[in-house]
Amino acid sequence: MEKFTVHTGTAVPLRRSNVDTDQIIPAVYLKRVTRTGFEDGLFSAWREDPSFVLNNPAYAGASVLVAGPEFGTGSSREHAVWALHDYGFRVVVSPRYGDIFRGNSLKQGLLTVELPQAAVETLWDLVEADPATAVEVDLVAREVRAGGHTWAFALDDFSRWRLLEGLDDIGLTLRHADAIAEFESRRPAFGVLVG
Amino acid sequence: MSRTLAQKVWDAHVVRRAEGEPDLLYIDLHLLHEVTSPQAFDGLRLAGRPVRRPDLTIATEDHNTPTDNLLTIADPVSRTQIETLRKNCADFGVKLHPLGDPQQGVVHVMGPQQGLTQPGMTIVCGDSHTSTHGAFGALAFGIGTSEVEHVLATQTLPQGLPKQMAVTVTGELPPGVSAKDLILALITQEGTGGGRGYVVEYRGPAIEKLSMEGRMTVSNMSIEWGAKAGLIAPDETTFAWLKGRTFAPQGQAWDDAVAYWKTLPTDEGAVFDKEVFLDASALTPFVTWGTNPGQGASLDGVVPDPESFPSESERAAARRAVEYMDLTPGTALRDVAVDVVFVGSCTNGRLEDLRTAAEVLRGRKVADGVRMLVVPGSAAVREQAEQEGLHEVFTAAGAEWRFAGCSMCLGMNPDTLKPGQRSASTSNRNFEGRQGKGGRTHLVSPAVAAATAVTGHLSAPADLDAVGAR
Repeated sequence: MEKFTVHTGTAVPLRRSNVDTDQIIPAVYLKRVTRTGFEDGLFSAWREDPSFVLNNPAYAGASVLVAGPEFGTGSSREHAVWALHDYGFRVVVSPRYGDIFRGNSLKQGLLTVELPQAAVETLWDLVEADPATAVEVDLVAREVRAGGHTWAFALDDFSRWRLLEGLDDIGLTLRHADAIAEFESRRPAFGVLVG
Repeated sequence: MSRTLAQKVWDAHVVRRAEGEPDLLYIDLHLLHEVTSPQAFDGLRLAGRPVRRPDLTIATEDHNTPTDNLLTIADPVSRTQIETLRKNCADFGVKLHPLGDPQQGVVHVMGPQQGLTQPGMTIVCGDSHTSTHGAFGALAFGIGTSEVEHVLATQTLPQGLPKQMAVTVTGELPPGVSAKDLILALITQEGTGGGRGYVVEYRGPAIEKLSMEGRMTVSNMSIEWGAKAGLIAPDETTFAWLKGRTFAPQGQAWDDAVAYWKTLPTDEGAVFDKEVFLDASALTPFVTWGTNPGQGASLDGVVPDPESFPSESERAAARRAVEYMDLTPGTALRDVAVDVVFVGSCTNGRLEDLRTAAEVLRGRKVADGVRMLVVPGSAAVREQAEQEGLHEVFTAAGAEWRFAGCSMCLGMNPDTLKPGQRSASTSNRNFEGRQGKGGRTHLVSPAVAAATAVTGHLSAPADLDAVGAR
């Protein structure tokens, strides 16, 4: 995973709530067996509408997506995170996320920042007034800064540490291989053996 | 100390607990399907890691599979994904139920029907509807592909302790009102984010009276209101359902297991972080009118006025939904005509669901111009349904009797809505384009689906007395 410390970029205002993962990337794009190249599927149905915000050249090259509440609800497809990442997004800002999407994003180094609705609306206003507005997302200080505003955000220490260091979860867990083996040796008899 | 059902299951699976870190939880059963696993197996190959416990891992093919035949996957991209799963399972020693196998089917139907899903277990799958298995008192939740790889490699997952919520459903469901209506009504009451951050326990007399199939329908849709998992305490209904199934314990092991399972229900005095109540006796058949599962209403109601919602965020979502769904506020929901009716999915593709739909269709005909697909959740459900002659009822009514798979739930296989088509669907998501690009979905129960097929517009079986009967 790429390390994430401080990211500065321009932002896209996505004034929609309940952006489920079927909208982020429709199921037809999930048939691939690769882990990259999903940018074409990102919001593919909405991008057919010329007035959709991602089609506005003023927001070309933006790397921060600012969306309404309940972003990433629905399907567990990690392809939603891959599509956002492959398209060039490094940060999503929303008042609230679907749990599985949030977990997936933090494992892939896509920082999902939770800010209150009022802060999201201020960000929307700022980047609509001036699409070149720089949005600074500082994971070290746990702050978002833009247009003279500073908003603190919460992220648990463990997830923050993993992102700052770019650590792979499996590697971290395998440091405790002895504990897993020990648990297996005393694991209750219930449960099934498939094989 | 008094503990909840979920806490007991959690505590029994903690491999390692350390200050400032998520708990490391042991996973008893890992279910796989073709869509969310290929990149995880690739990750194992790159790192040179084996599957730690192939004996706790099982795979099936469901999302991409056709339901009109068992031999040919016409779409080459779908076929490649299926073939990739077959190769991965062979290379890593994982048991697979492929297309054509008697146990093949939707992953959340396949597991329980074999007795793989048992009370007190931790169960994960790269699929958000893994919450289904909570109906047995298992802690079951959906994960992403990185986590699939993590479980394959370590049989564990680091997990932060979620909050606990009790959903108490009092009273008794009126005749003709089902588990699906119950959960749709609850999601509309609580909103799509209402359960976020919580493991939910469904309890109370209306839940206790549900069959295992009904309980699975309720637990299945936990994710649709954002809950991490949705558990129901194991009881005699659970034990009776499990007894004798292939992977259920036998003899002394069965008695020991039941004794353990009886210790799992939430202790008297256990504290939940949040409590929600629902009165089952006040419920009616329930349908969705919008583009998320929280946008629902009683079938007796009308398409709501978007301006009637309290927050601007909800008003904007409702305006957009009504426009996408091509509905006019104030229209009676019973006046909404559909093109397609879909009975199936991990929500409502079990034998009881098919029996319910067949009972409504018996001696009746699917309305002219309406296409009805009946898709059993698994090959085993299909076989049982045929033994009961249900397939003859469906085909006599003019419905299509299909092979098992996810089918029209999600638009990954040939069963899709065409742009602009409208469905009444027993599945779980009415998102824009979920059943096919440009398609419009109304979520309904199996009984409402069947009645709707007969009249051609959203209907309950009680509406049929005057029409369609012969």
